[in-house]
Amino acid sequence: MLYSQRIPNRSVVQPLFINAYTAVTAIGAGRDATHAALISMRSGLVPNHFDPSVDAFIGHVAGLEIVSVPAHLRAFDCRNNRLAWLGLQQDGFLADVARAVTRHGADRIAVITGTSTSGVLTTEMAYRQRDPATGALPSGLRYAETHNFSALTEFVRRALSLTGPSLTVSTACSSSAKVFATASRWIDAGVCDAVVAAGVDSLCGTTLHGFHSLQLVSRTPCRPFDATRDGLSLGEGAGFALLERAAAPRGSRVALLGYGESADAHHMSAPHPDGLGAQFAMTAALERSGLTGSDIDYVNAHGTATRNNDMVEAHAIGRIVAPGTPVTSVKGFVGHTLGASGIIGAVTSLLAIERGFIPGTVNTTAVDPACEAKIQLGTVERPVRAVLANSLGFGGNNASLLFGVRE
Amino acid sequence: MIKISIRGLGFIMPGLRDWPAAGRVLAGLEAYASGALDPPVPDALPSAERRRASLPVRLAIAAAQQAVAQATLDPAELASVFVSADGDAETLHHICETLASAHPEISPTRFHNSVHNAASGYWTIAIHSRAPASMVTGTDEVFGAGLLEAAVQASIEARSVLLVAYDVPMPPPLFALHPVAASGSVALALAPDASARDLARLRIEVARAAPAASTRMAEGELEALRLANPAGRALPLLATIARRESRDIVLRMNPETALHVEVDAAL
Repeated sequence: MLYSQRIPNRSVVQPLFINAYTAVTAIGAGRDATHAALISMRSGLVPNHFDPSVDAFIGHVAGLEIVSVPAHLRAFDCRNNRLAWLGLQQDGFLADVARAVTRHGADRIAVITGTSTSGVLTTEMAYRQRDPATGALPSGLRYAETHNFSALTEFVRRALSLTGPSLTVSTACSSSAKVFATASRWIDAGVCDAVVAAGVDSLCGTTLHGFHSLQLVSRTPCRPFDATRDGLSLGEGAGFALLERAAAPRGSRVALLGYGESADAHHMSAPHPDGLGAQFAMTAALERSGLTGSDIDYVNAHGTATRNNDMVEAHAIGRIVAPGTPVTSVKGFVGHTLGASGIIGAVTSLLAIERGFIPGTVNTTAVDPACEAKIQLGTVERPVRAVLANSLGFGGNNASLLFGVRE
Repeated sequence: MIKISIRGLGFIMPGLRDWPAAGRVLAGLEAYASGALDPPVPDALPSAERRRASLPVRLAIAAAQQAVAQATLDPAELASVFVSADGDAETLHHICETLASAHPEISPTRFHNSVHNAASGYWTIAIHSRAPASMVTGTDEVFGAGLLEAAVQASIEARSVLLVAYDVPMPPPLFALHPVAASGSVALALAPDASARDLARLRIEVARAAPAASTRMAEGELEALRLANPAGRALPLLATIARRESRDIVLRMNPETALHVEVDAAL
């Protein structure tokens, strides 16, 4: 086999400051609500009322039905872009981007987003209203603004009045982790001075029924790394981060220190049994940061609660970090938000660093002894300086991000 | 300014089955004769999957193989950036039909083929590559976004990167929403350094001022091909290479931004 063993580019990358960040998920809107739920071990998973034909729990964001997108962006109105708009309005993110515009100019700020299904729900619903004679979809279905994957990117770019380059990444569950890798490269190359990184994915029939068909959906709230785990819970979420070379005057000192990307080269929907792809991604993130596995205080795992993922991922993590390094998954809080899970992992990692805690692995009661890592169940308050955050997706597509503090 | 070299090319469009055929037409040595697209049967795929794979997967992998072969690079060493506006809409159509029916049970294979990075996943599995693999998506201008992503990755990570753009017309009723006129794929093997084997060297910059329109093809039928498929937006770049010229071209990325690409193929 011609497996590539080469880790590209051993040179250390310049850290990128995260000068603003926020998220909306089933546990709440914004950093304070997210922090409060994580500290109090309050899961946001509820019985699946979104599509009761799948017996499951979901991480549902309440109130999207009454969110109004800005009037000039009404053509973009769909569940996914409403979720994006709800996220953009949290934690002063709009004002932080406006200040970045005064520093750099609107044309020097890029928008890079990740999503796995964008607004496909709109098209799913349109298929229930096809013309019985011609099969035509109802008029007024706006493909470019609601269904196409770049609908999210264009919506965010216009909502923020940015005119720089833009990119949409769609690599399933690693999508919005890979946006940080692109952000790092684009700023390094001088393509832009700042990046709005985003990940948004919303509930839809394709993913609920699709994961159900693969027998990967649990009938109970998902239990990552539990000995009796039996599948994932799907969720929806939006996350945003503003990345710049220099720390903003009022910004915190959290930064992206490294990124790593890899492919499994194994199977479309099952991870490599030895987790070699995940290991490659984590190793590359460490090399780019100049840190070693023993510098990592906490691993924010992909941890979907499927039988395969958790065992393989724990095994790979165990080969990277020091023994006893706490590993947790936030999927029991928010569900698996698919294309948004990368940035939701990023936001929870940044909160952990800034507020000094390690979020627990809610719903899990008895750790699977076959998971060879120190899975931490409860939330613990303690200083955190460096976090490795994993995203592992279909197509064997992996990304690992390293976040830390920089003065 | 991002500087990269092009080492290999792949090309499949109606009437043009590979880069040598496309190069002759783009250089003006032969007239373009459109015709039916011959669905490629890429031998990189395991024999059981070659004919079963969807048309977008076959187009992407066949073009990728052409580019890698011409570049004489080990495919497993290349990072990849796949680019498609609509992906596998045949699969999407079946899923949406199933979900709208009384029995919304999707087949597991259809579901994993529905992810936008399906062709990228099949490629990394076929060539046993654990190198980074990305999937860029957008609308008609997505090739420009993919070129920037691939070129920056090659330049910043100092590694070779394979860029593969492909699209096929969506089936009805989706077709009316975004009519892509022809199936096609284009692949570029990019290297971060200069070599005697370069087909062209590129200097790429994001335009700061309000962007000009994308460079067009002068010939009517080739301009039609440029517009017939999002991957066709590569034609002005490829024609410059086929003619061994040096020329500046403009490639739109989004409604506000364009790339300025200085192409030096007079090597």
